[in-house]
Amino acid sequence: MDLNLHWAVQLGRVVLMWIFPLGLLPLMIWFERKASAFMQDRTGPNRAAIGPIRLGGIIHPLADVLKLLGKEDVKPTQVKGLYFTLAPLIAIMVSQLLFIIVPFADSIHLAGGTIKLQALQIDAGVLYPLAVSSIFVYSIILAGWASNNKYGVLGGLRAAAQVVSYEIALGLSIVGALMVYGTADLSEMVRQQGDLLFGFLPKWGVFVQPLGALLFLVAAFAETNRTPFDLPERDAEIVAGYHTEYSAIRFASFYMAEYINIIVASGLVVTLFFGGWQVPWMSTERLRDNAGLVLQVLFGGMVVVGFGAAALTIPWHKRLARQYKDLRRLEGRVLGVAFAGLGLLGVAGIFAARSIVLPDWGPAAVAALVQFSAFATKTLLFAFGFIWVRWTLPSFRYDQLMRLGWKNMMPVALVNVALTGIVLLWVGGR
Amino acid sequence: MALDRERLYERLGVKPENILVVKPEPTFWTRLYVVEVFKGMVITMRHMLTNLFAQGRMFTLQYPELQRTLPPRFRGRHRLMKKEDGTPRCVACMMCPTACPADCIHIEAADSPDPNVEKIPVRFEIDLMRCIFCGYCVEACPKDAIRMDTGLFTNLAATRREDFVMTMDKMLSE
Repeated sequence: MDLNLHWAVQLGRVVLMWIFPLGLLPLMIWFERKASAFMQDRTGPNRAAIGPIRLGGIIHPLADVLKLLGKEDVKPTQVKGLYFTLAPLIAIMVSQLLFIIVPFADSIHLAGGTIKLQALQIDAGVLYPLAVSSIFVYSIILAGWASNNKYGVLGGLRAAAQVVSYEIALGLSIVGALMVYGTADLSEMVRQQGDLLFGFLPKWGVFVQPLGALLFLVAAFAETNRTPFDLPERDAEIVAGYHTEYSAIRFASFYMAEYINIIVASGLVVTLFFGGWQVPWMSTERLRDNAGLVLQVLFGGMVVVGFGAAALTIPWHKRLARQYKDLRRLEGRVLGVAFAGLGLLGVAGIFAARSIVLPDWGPAAVAALVQFSAFATKTLLFAFGFIWVRWTLPSFRYDQLMRLGWKNMMPVALVNVALTGIVLLWVGGR
Repeated sequence: MALDRERLYERLGVKPENILVVKPEPTFWTRLYVVEVFKGMVITMRHMLTNLFAQGRMFTLQYPELQRTLPPRFRGRHRLMKKEDGTPRCVACMMCPTACPADCIHIEAADSPDPNVEKIPVRFEIDLMRCIFCGYCVEACPKDAIRMDTGLFTNLAATRREDFVMTMDKMLSE
């Protein structure tokens, strides 16, 4: 492979993995606000609109970002200036560094070389996110300390204690998976999860390592400071914890970093325990051999989704017209036409896929696309899970949190390691 | 805590051995959290899906655009009625300020130019900062000159105290 192509590929991979969590960000905030509203029998945000388009409140995150960008950047007099500025920078930078380790599709053979669809290939593999995510807590501690505020310091201290307790369980829960896969390389792990267990079950990490998967998931909640473990920012006790003194875009940095962390954690859970980019029962070879059929199924899905959504949105008009007198009353029609257009595009796509012969790189591209979609879907599902749990569970008290981490999760993780070793010896693996 | 409880029993005159304390004993499965967490998550998901697919049945009212229809006897902001010739029905009999428990109605009377009517109001003011919307003034009025059926109850905001005082012209025009 010549050098230019090499750099283009590298750039493409990195940019894609950089854009991916950032692009999902408004979606996550929308999930958070709308799903929580529906779970509590409220309507949630639904008024901000660009012309007639409201999309059920998805414009609100965009408006929020604009508002936060335009707000005055308040810097209280008692803060320690440099660190106060540095903390949100670390938060947003570290959270974006994490995702590049995650593989998002199988390797492609192209122009005499192999392109791995994983932005960062290092031998440390799964150790990289563990190491980098530990740096994230520095930003919280630094923010708490630099705020020169009791609540801020308390939030920072809690974050430090929590991360120390749960990173042990996090690391130990991966050990079992490392023993089963025999490698720390995430691409290789995902490839192994494409095999079948007992001939019918996909050999996903969650089926060979159920206990490890559960522990990792719980520890990931603690790592991202989400609700059962949201001690650093518990607003009933310590105002807003480490970001009490932050406002405007500095606050937005922490806010965005939190959601990027959720997406990263979901991506890691999916990669380690839920088959990464693997489509169940569909190996890469099978996808590539039947690329034409796969394309038709994809376009068929587009037809169903497009026309289905159009049939749902167009009848809104009566309700919207009763409610709104401005452009927003047209929303149902505008969206309906757009969805119907998507459906028509799908119909055209089916006919095109039937008649056109795919070029050499075609099957590989189709397989990569399907695998990327599978990965994105799984990641989104888990990211939604984070929100779902937040609006279901009350959070732990500090001593309960410590007890769960040290006295329950760590021993169970150790037992899991021992059990995995025994079973591996028994079945004669590696 | 235990001491408090003993003291409480003593004060109530209850013997501690007659008290049955029922504490749900946590079973193995509840102590595992996982099952209970899952049960809770099923509940929230059920709420979410119900509300997602039946948004029309949600209780929230999209307020400024859609408003609740008020019951016919709803007591809103006051208005003064007019005779057929356009003059106020009010004869300044002072029944409503007498009935008013909040002392918010102020009337100044004057001789009427019409020989058939004894008095007319020249000033009729209601201080909305004092009014408690009880409706006694409406009940007291012998001429059906004051009513509270405008249905207005939201635009009761102003930036100055003086603006809360409803004048006669304003109440006549509503």
